[in-house]
Amino acid sequence: MDALRELSVREQVALLFVVLFGLLALATIVAVARSLRELTAEQAAVRERFTRDLRAVWAGTVLFWIAWVSGPLGSTLLFGLVSFVALREFVTLTHTRRADHRSLLLAFFVVLPLQYVLVGMRLANAFTVFIPVYVFFAIPVISALANDPFHFLERTAKIQWGITVTVYGMSHAPALLLLDLPRYRERGAFLLLFLVAVVAAAQLGQEAATRRLRRRPVARAISRSFSWRAFGIGAGAAALVGLLLSWTTPFTPLAATAMAAIAGAAGTFGEFVMKALKRDAGVRSWSGASSVTGAVGLLDRVAPLCFAAPVFFHSVRGYFGI
Amino acid sequence: MKLAEPAGLALAFIARLITGAQGHWHGSAPKAEQRIYFANHQSHFDWVLIWAALPRDLRAVTRPIAARDYWTASPFRHWLTREVFNAVYVSRQRASDGGGVDEDPLEPLMEALRHGDSLVLFPEGTRGHAAEPAPFKSGLYALAQAFPDVQLIPAWIDNVQRVMPKGEVVPVPILCTVAFGPPVALAPGEERRAFLDRARRAVIALRDVE
Repeated sequence: MDALRELSVREQVALLFVVLFGLLALATIVAVARSLRELTAEQAAVRERFTRDLRAVWAGTVLFWIAWVSGPLGSTLLFGLVSFVALREFVTLTHTRRADHRSLLLAFFVVLPLQYVLVGMRLANAFTVFIPVYVFFAIPVISALANDPFHFLERTAKIQWGITVTVYGMSHAPALLLLDLPRYRERGAFLLLFLVAVVAAAQLGQEAATRRLRRRPVARAISRSFSWRAFGIGAGAAALVGLLLSWTTPFTPLAATAMAAIAGAAGTFGEFVMKALKRDAGVRSWSGASSVTGAVGLLDRVAPLCFAAPVFFHSVRGYFGI
Repeated sequence: MKLAEPAGLALAFIARLITGAQGHWHGSAPKAEQRIYFANHQSHFDWVLIWAALPRDLRAVTRPIAARDYWTASPFRHWLTREVFNAVYVSRQRASDGGGVDEDPLEPLMEALRHGDSLVLFPEGTRGHAAEPAPFKSGLYALAQAFPDVQLIPAWIDNVQRVMPKGEVVPVPILCTVAFGPPVALAPGEERRAFLDRARRAVIALRDVE
């Protein structure tokens, strides 16, 4: 551990990626080797899901690596693009009307870029209020000017909600990279990785728990799998991963555990809320067969992060009193 | 003009960024056969969407129809349709004001088909805003009669009316799909109206396929 601390920040981060890519390569090799055997139908289904998840993790890791290599500008642009694609998926499945055209243009081509510019310029006070305050007022004004009262509240609320989740929430992830913490300069990559790891741990923990436990779902109409026990296990898994990774963070082990539990819980709740939303829109997954669009289903993947990132970001700021 | 090719690629990229421009092939494959694609028409964006949904090598041989008076009016429009899209120009009104030779409005299309090119038609003739496309005009029938070897591929364009409603100029990013269906052939002795209705139903049927 001491030898690691001796390294420069750049070397530490590089080492982190070497370890990550190594683990992924190992997992891929094992998966490929095991795929050579005969499989039953059930095993094949499990394998297929695993392969898909593995591919998503690869994509995510490569994304983070590009974000780190290309510096603050590149990472901000990259997350901006992810936001754009996620918002596009969100808007596709909500029923907007012709009168919403200008509001949507504002969301895609003004709000989204501006939010990421504010993030990139490290204007924490500006980018945390830009959407909840200014955009919150601007969207209904533009919509009202279009002269269509039909379902007005519903339409504006949907657009605002989409922006808040996919742009505002998401933008807090690259903001972590740029956060200026005492004695922790330029190490935002670890913080972002910490967040992603604990959110993923919460998802996996919860998923594994539901498969084993077969508990009564809390809200059957929304999710057949969400139960309080499984949720607790998910948050516990996040806390455990947080504790194990606490040496990469600027927190004490106890604080790291607490933060991980909070972020993991927020992510899991986020996914739960997205499920309710998808039920409302009549699809099972954003990329599902019933979707008109053949979307890539990115929103499914990033939704937990969108919910966890702002909560985590403000927990970190609160912890350091900045 | 060397600019046309990168301009075309850039345009296809933008169309994909904004709409996804997903091509779904049901019952026909994206092959380099001579074809007439016919689709529902709701927006100025329709042609770009079909064009962007096609594989790159098919884009070069698939041509849209453009109204000559509008699309040659400014140098930019003329360049865009001639160099980037390789459009077939048609005159909207018969040029018989003064006893000139009456040109068949379908003649440029026939010429392009004789040449071996594929075409994209919107047989409704104009942009519709109803849930179902308007009755088809007879041009498709005439072409099917004159070129029995050319495949007629129906296509349904979904969601595009939300991307760019009438009167707006900037498109909103919303995912769209183009569903291509199995070829429709003119049966021997089939009547004009019966064939056009059948073709129209083939287009509508693709709306519910998924």
